[in-house]
Amino acid sequence: MTDLGLTDPRVLRAIELVWKEAEALDAKDYKSWEQMYTDDGIYVIPIDPDTDDFASSLNMVYDDARMRRLRVQRMLQGYSPSAVAAARTVRVISRFTVQERTDTSVTLRSAQIVNAFKRNAFLTLGADLTHTIVFDDEGDDRIALKVVRLIDSEDAVSASGYLL
Amino acid sequence: MTTIEHSIQNNYGDLVGTDLVAGRLYTDPEIFRVEMEKIFYRTWVWVAHESEIPEPGSFKTTQVGNQPVIVTRDRKGNFNTLLNRCRHRGATVCDQRSGKANGFTCPYHNWSYALDGRLRGIPYPDGYEGVIDKKDFPLQTLRTESYLGMIWTTFNQDAEPLEDFLGDAKLWMERFFKQSNGLPTKVLGVHKFRFKGNWKIQLENTTDGYHFPMVHKSWMASVDAETADMMSFMDDPAAETHSLGNGHSVAIMAAAHVDLDIDDGTEEIQPRFQHLVDELTEAGESPERIRRYMRSMHGCGFNLNTFPNVAMSSSFFRVLIPISVDETEIWHMAIGMDGGPESVNRERLRIHEHFQGPFGFGSPDDAEGWTRVQIGAGGNPDMPILVNRGEGREYITEEGWPTSHVTDETGMREAYAMWKKLMSDD
Repeated sequence: MTDLGLTDPRVLRAIELVWKEAEALDAKDYKSWEQMYTDDGIYVIPIDPDTDDFASSLNMVYDDARMRRLRVQRMLQGYSPSAVAAARTVRVISRFTVQERTDTSVTLRSAQIVNAFKRNAFLTLGADLTHTIVFDDEGDDRIALKVVRLIDSEDAVSASGYLL
Repeated sequence: MTTIEHSIQNNYGDLVGTDLVAGRLYTDPEIFRVEMEKIFYRTWVWVAHESEIPEPGSFKTTQVGNQPVIVTRDRKGNFNTLLNRCRHRGATVCDQRSGKANGFTCPYHNWSYALDGRLRGIPYPDGYEGVIDKKDFPLQTLRTESYLGMIWTTFNQDAEPLEDFLGDAKLWMERFFKQSNGLPTKVLGVHKFRFKGNWKIQLENTTDGYHFPMVHKSWMASVDAETADMMSFMDDPAAETHSLGNGHSVAIMAAAHVDLDIDDGTEEIQPRFQHLVDELTEAGESPERIRRYMRSMHGCGFNLNTFPNVAMSSSFFRVLIPISVDETEIWHMAIGMDGGPESVNRERLRIHEHFQGPFGFGSPDDAEGWTRVQIGAGGNPDMPILVNRGEGREYITEEGWPTSHVTDETGMREAYAMWKKLMSDD
């Protein structure tokens, strides 16, 4: 059997942060969510399923700290009709595997299923996630990279008013 | 005002007046069925940009109305649009979004077709001896013509030439493609999403300046002051919409960018692009060339809406694909220069991502409004939808274009006049 790394306490710390992030996004607690990223952290939802060169590609989301701040403002300020009428979501993240471990970070891969409900319709979104979590001595763990690879990224994606 | 004669069954032209249309144009499945026949299978429908099928063998799949097609570039470099339907038992012969191939082989009984649709091979052909001749069973080929790299197709072999159909829209296409600064244009990527609403709601939106500051308030609040100022056209008398005929119209938001070849030198380059100016200066680009790149960054300053399914919208292509009476797929295709500085293309991608796509700061709010139109228009479907804004201040330009302010509904009236004409034809 493959070693999932779950006996490594740092892997458990990383998984804990991924789940905390999921809870914040379902609760639409975007102010807390924004604080979970490093200052140079990147949050990306690519279209091209194979690329890692996000800067040269068209993405659905490609946020640095500035764009995350603007995105959180948009979600909360009440000007955006789609954010005001956002679907309710529940998401489940599991199937964790450790992609990389360094002295200061863990990179996890996982599977995410989001169920979103709005106006009597459910929408299911499936994605492979990659999170790079960086640790500091104070226990203030942060997300340095989050990649959401939607399994339908090359076709019509109709998420509305929430984040993945 | 024109009244709507909704008592006359099957006389669809009567559902559209000059300035108002019946709400059931969005909700009646029978009207949708007839629209496919009388509009999407009768007139020119946009299917591709030439950069999407760059080489012999390149192909792309899409739809014309509800019918699946393959757009190919064959060995001679010609564009072909082929019905994606095997002549034997009807399976699609291509299941990829795009790619490169020598031809197409049906997965069911392996009938194989060339890039121009010719039937090349039938396995175990003895069963067809004296029954069929291969030359009589090519993939159905639609008529395909292009202008400035934009490829349209039609099922109607008797349709007028594409350039006649485009008419005065051609001038605006020439202006649109000046944003590539003399280089070929290429599609850089595509955002696709669907909304639960009728296709004409999107068709109307492209020249709807009126909704912009309301629906897109959150986007306006998130951009730099110069960009927000560029899109503050509500009180700008130079911001106008022209009807161009055949259902086409153009909405001008930023008059200073309508013809990018004209530069009076007064426009300040946006400070947000300074890092690019520095980088390109370092790379040895001339100040004139750099200024041109920066002025073209947001595109052409107008939305050109061609009937029925593609807009050349400021800096991107906006494509609508009708799925059903109450569902429409939208493609927002980012474009850039083929051969220009990649840093400029990257900046264009970031600008596109900021507004467009399912997680952009603009598109989801449009989709929310459109979905609400579909739900609301189901209430009293014979109550008219108003497209009469600005009727009292419309005038004719010397080119002969009915024109009013960009916040007016001149473009929608043009589209519905074409809808009425096509739906009234036998």
